[in-house]
Amino acid sequence: MTTHPAPEAVDMSEAFVHGAAKVVPPPTLEVRDLSHTFERGTANEVRALSDVNLTLAPGDFVTVVGMNGSGKSTLLNAVAGAFLPDSGQILLDGEDVTRQGEFRRACHVGRVFQDPLKGTAPNLTVAENLSLALDRTRNPFVLRWALTGSRRAELRERVRTLQLGLEDRLDTRIGMLSGGERQALTLLMATLVKPSLLLLDEHTAALDPRSVEQVVKLTERVVSSQRLTTLMVTHSMHQAVQLGDRVLMMHRGRVVREIRGREKQQLRVENLLATFDQLRSMELLDESAADMLRRLYV
Amino acid sequence: MNLLFGALSMGLVLSLLGLGVYISYRILDTFDLTVDGSFAFGAVIAGVLLTRGLASFWASAAGFLAGMVAGAISGAVHRRLGVSRLLSGLLVATALYSLDLLIMGGGDISLASTRTLPTQAFDLWLRFGGPESGARIFGIEVSARTLATFLSMLPAVGTAVFLVDRFFRTSLGLAMRATGDNAQMARSVGIDDARVFIAGLAVSNGLVGLSGALFAQYQGFVTIQMSVGMLVMGLAAVAIAEGVLRGRSLGARIAGVVGGSIVLRLVVALALAAGLPANTLKLVTAALMLAVLVVPDMIRRRRLTPVTG
Ligand SMILES: Nc1ncnc2c1ncn2[C@@H]1O[C@H](COP(=O)(O)OP(=O)(O)O)[C@@H](O)[C@H]1O
Ligand SMILES: [Mg+2]
Repeated sequence: MTTHPAPEAVDMSEAFVHGAAKVVPPPTLEVRDLSHTFERGTANEVRALSDVNLTLAPGDFVTVVGMNGSGKSTLLNAVAGAFLPDSGQILLDGEDVTRQGEFRRACHVGRVFQDPLKGTAPNLTVAENLSLALDRTRNPFVLRWALTGSRRAELRERVRTLQLGLEDRLDTRIGMLSGGERQALTLLMATLVKPSLLLLDEHTAALDPRSVEQVVKLTERVVSSQRLTTLMVTHSMHQAVQLGDRVLMMHRGRVVREIRGREKQQLRVENLLATFDQLRSMELLDESAADMLRRLYV
Repeated sequence: MNLLFGALSMGLVLSLLGLGVYISYRILDTFDLTVDGSFAFGAVIAGVLLTRGLASFWASAAGFLAGMVAGAISGAVHRRLGVSRLLSGLLVATALYSLDLLIMGGGDISLASTRTLPTQAFDLWLRFGGPESGARIFGIEVSARTLATFLSMLPAVGTAVFLVDRFFRTSLGLAMRATGDNAQMARSVGIDDARVFIAGLAVSNGLVGLSGALFAQYQGFVTIQMSVGMLVMGLAAVAIAEGVLRGRSLGARIAGVVGGSIVLRLVVALALAAGLPANTLKLVTAALMLAVLVVPDMIRRRRLTPVTG
């Protein structure tokens, strides 16, 4: 180990710890006081995110659980840049990207959606879809051939790692494939070029049980082999227990509980369900209290 | 035979219009009303430059460029200013109509005294000893001018079609196809879908403008009437291509659109030869389009209907 920092590290003066000659990398993802309200001022107004704070260090694998409508997808969409949040900040690798467009962030963020139709272009072939993903960080306006022979060979090898036999179907329109196959390919596309951050939004929710198992295994393998920093929303308590090293529980746009370390290692499905019940009873209490107030004042 | 070669030439020229419409309508998945405007705009720009003595190649290229600008503006008005897709096309087409009249200083210009692609081809034909009277093909007279026109349009259009086919195998062509197919996917792999969409409309209307420029040279004059009904003509070519041919590969589809344009012109020529007045041309086009939209479906349905049903 050298006592002098590498030349490129000198610029990162903030990340440089004096004396220790050790470069502390910025967190991969930092979400600061993020809030967002949809349809503000209408009858449908909904506060989807409320002062959310979240930090993912490089290599962290965090799962997010919560009831329907608790704001999980909205959180991931905000991180991906699908909309501009009302307030708060989002930092990727230490850079403030809050106002950066979705496609720009996509250079560093891989993403798999709940809907298998969203992540792939149905009328393009498997090879064409993958080729676009391989060019994630390149400008298409710098003209070059999209699918050369060597590139096809490279893609074929990458598809082979999925172990689904899809390497022989590179020229099939991707819309002809099953949901599970498309989701596996979307996961491959999201990680073909190693992303800083991988976002998975209930990516097994729309699949049949057999495909769920395949895609979960694949997710585990891809995340651990590439040591990917991952934020994964799941509807499955089993997955939340089985995968990742931290669990976030969201409720009404807030992160209400965070389970990490030993507690996460010992976590069982029953614990999670119990926590949910607790939340639900608090909710009931809230509503009966509101009811009481209404009766008193109206 | 003259009629046949005339229809073939015109079909070739209008196949670029068909390809332009195919790009916006099928590849970018949008309905682009700019087309009517950019066809005439390409013709006007090329026509005015020809009367100023510019070589036909460069005048045609300028027609392509003019169409590109029109398409890019239409795309930008939609994606950057947030005007709806139909309105942005309509706005640009309407603005171009006035611009055409201003540039031409009237409703039409004649190219009779300019060196257009067909007249240049005719000169070449004579220079290489082609008989002025024409030639006999399958024993039937074809005038030299008609033949020269066809022989000049074939390589011009052929080159353009070849380049379009190649273009959609490049990084930008593939990005356009992805953007039209699934914009969310395009963004997720780092494609600036708004910019690619605008570029796609530029390419689409560039082809339309080039088609207009060649069409003006084919008929030897430019008229503001050229801005009427071109979108429908292009859509008809696409409809014929898709109704008859259900090719999978993009190359097959591109060839299909070219074929569709030629078929459309042949049908129109036959209708004229059969004695239908020229005023009914658009009516013939509309009827043919309706037929190719409806008939293949009817045939398929009949096949699928169970006998005991
Ligand atoms: N684009 C949107 N417009 C309006 N409301 C939205 C939008 N996206 C999400 N919401 C609302 O925000 C809340 C949180 O939604 P979401 O993040 O999708 O929940 P989850 O993924 O946890 O089920 C819901 O009440 C939902 O209806
Ligand atoms: Mg959701």
